[in-house]
Amino acid sequence: MWLYAARRIVFTIPIGLGVTLICFALIYLAPGDPIQSLLPPDATAKDIAELKHVYGLDKPIPVQYVIWLGRALTGDLGMSIQTNKPVLDEVTRAFANTFTISVISVILAMAMALVLGIVAAFHVGGWADRVATAVAVLGISVPTFWLAVVLVILFAVELGWLPATGMGSQGSNGFSWFVWEQAKFAILPIVSMTLTPLGILMRTTRSSLAEILSQDFIQTLRAKGLSETAVVKHAIRNALPQIMAMFGLQLGYLVGGSILIETIFTWPGTGFLLSKAILTRDIPLLQGTILVLAMAFVAINLIVDLLQTLVDPRIKRA
Amino acid sequence: MTDVPATPSLIAQTAAPAPHVRGYWGNVWNRLKYDHVTLFFLVLIIAVILSAVFAPWLAPFDPNKSSMAARLKPVMFKSFYLGTDEQGRDILSRLIWGGRTSLVMGISPVFLATVIGGFFGVFAGYAGGKLNTAIMRTMDVFFAFPSVLLAVAISGSLGSGLVNQMITLTIVLIPPICRVAETATSQVRTMDFIDAARASGAGTMSILFRHVLVNVMSPVMVYSSTLVSASILLASGLSFLGLGVSPPTPDWGLMLSTLRQSIYVQPLVCALPGVAILITSIAFNLVSDGLRQAMDVKA
Repeated sequence: MWLYAARRIVFTIPIGLGVTLICFALIYLAPGDPIQSLLPPDATAKDIAELKHVYGLDKPIPVQYVIWLGRALTGDLGMSIQTNKPVLDEVTRAFANTFTISVISVILAMAMALVLGIVAAFHVGGWADRVATAVAVLGISVPTFWLAVVLVILFAVELGWLPATGMGSQGSNGFSWFVWEQAKFAILPIVSMTLTPLGILMRTTRSSLAEILSQDFIQTLRAKGLSETAVVKHAIRNALPQIMAMFGLQLGYLVGGSILIETIFTWPGTGFLLSKAILTRDIPLLQGTILVLAMAFVAINLIVDLLQTLVDPRIKRA
Repeated sequence: MTDVPATPSLIAQTAAPAPHVRGYWGNVWNRLKYDHVTLFFLVLIIAVILSAVFAPWLAPFDPNKSSMAARLKPVMFKSFYLGTDEQGRDILSRLIWGGRTSLVMGISPVFLATVIGGFFGVFAGYAGGKLNTAIMRTMDVFFAFPSVLLAVAISGSLGSGLVNQMITLTIVLIPPICRVAETATSQVRTMDFIDAARASGAGTMSILFRHVLVNVMSPVMVYSSTLVSASILLASGLSFLGLGVSPPTPDWGLMLSTLRQSIYVQPLVCALPGVAILITSIAFNLVSDGLRQAMDVKA
């Protein structure tokens, strides 16, 4: 088991390197010179050359990549051009904010999806199945940023129950989950983020459960007199690896793809940082954020893969 | 009492009629005929496409004609059936014209990605060995990014604009299609009829086109159709962030973004572009699901 885990971790390293390569190459896709945005228009060629030397932009590209990678591995992701603060500090603080609402959303989604999926799989073709499938289709088709706007219109504009933007009156410093005045800022972002994972997880649960229920051993269990609840438990145990894999994937998608929701609610997470960095062309911040988010996605998938083997030892993917 | 002799003509008259051979697509249509939900949404999609194609004749107003006096009017205000936006432009006309951009953004990246990703996938699947590993590991690196993040990262670097958005979406959609194509090709490659074709002297290109492609095309196309809805959502998301077409071009995501400032004034009107995205996305999802069931493909 440990050998498999070690092998799996080793296989992740080339993918991680590839991810860093893409993150590094992104700035070279950008039109225009990153230096131009830093200097006044009347800068002389000498100034430009000096600034290039300071930022290390005059070395050949492979050398730049290796230097950047070396620094990133030791935790130095550069300084943000806009705020002149270390990128790592900003990203880790924002990441904590994003991760908390993402985890809560996916757990909520999984709880509801399990209930709906089980009901749908055990009554295939019935009205419960149809309702659940409709919810799933809605979940995967709805544009989350539109859902967020509609929720803001309903709860903030029309009813005035919940605030429209922000993370509490003092921002992330004063935020606390246990104080209603602060926690109510998190409710709308979480609800908007829940619908899409709900749809996908419900579909996965229903299809994997339906497949398992059609197998022979379920008939055997029922024939030997097991109660329906116990059959449900057996079926879920078999479906768990697939559901867990989807759970990890959805968590990763929410963490990495939170930019739309966070822009609408001005929730100070990594997505908001990304959109700020794109607007102000803050290259170190952009690179650092994308790197951290992609690495988090790879890490989440790795952990879920290893957990899958724990739950079902028959799974062995080299 | 004499027996009636079983003459050949009698047998011929009482023989069973020749079976009507429908073929694969005939069977698919037969299954589709009874799937009312899919048919309804298929008609809806055709209606949306037609309204986008005939936008100049269908839209009641000029989508770019602004009017300071008629800003943010509600639904059914005079002849503005769906109200006006913050610059006084008719929302219904902008939705119809916006359908052009959104549909192009939804369908063409999927089409391009199917061609390119399908090519790489079939190539990797048929070649096998080191070439297969090289191509699929490269695709795995792209899979290591969540799609929204990858789209935003590439789009943020390339800049806004229709062409850049198309390039971004195509790049984001290539890895999954490549993977499906490679899986399908690897399965087809091991089948006996490929060996038979090779034994009868067929060249590689001929085998690829006449045997492999025909069998691989079906699961790949069905999978691609499920990606259209995701492509529309991604495209409108990018436009919402300002990374798509620039104003004043009407586009559903962009409209949602600019109207967001005015939700306190006319909430219903501001939600309308999203409804258009929602309906189109649901329609494509349900039709591709129905198609998958009718074609009986397990992709």
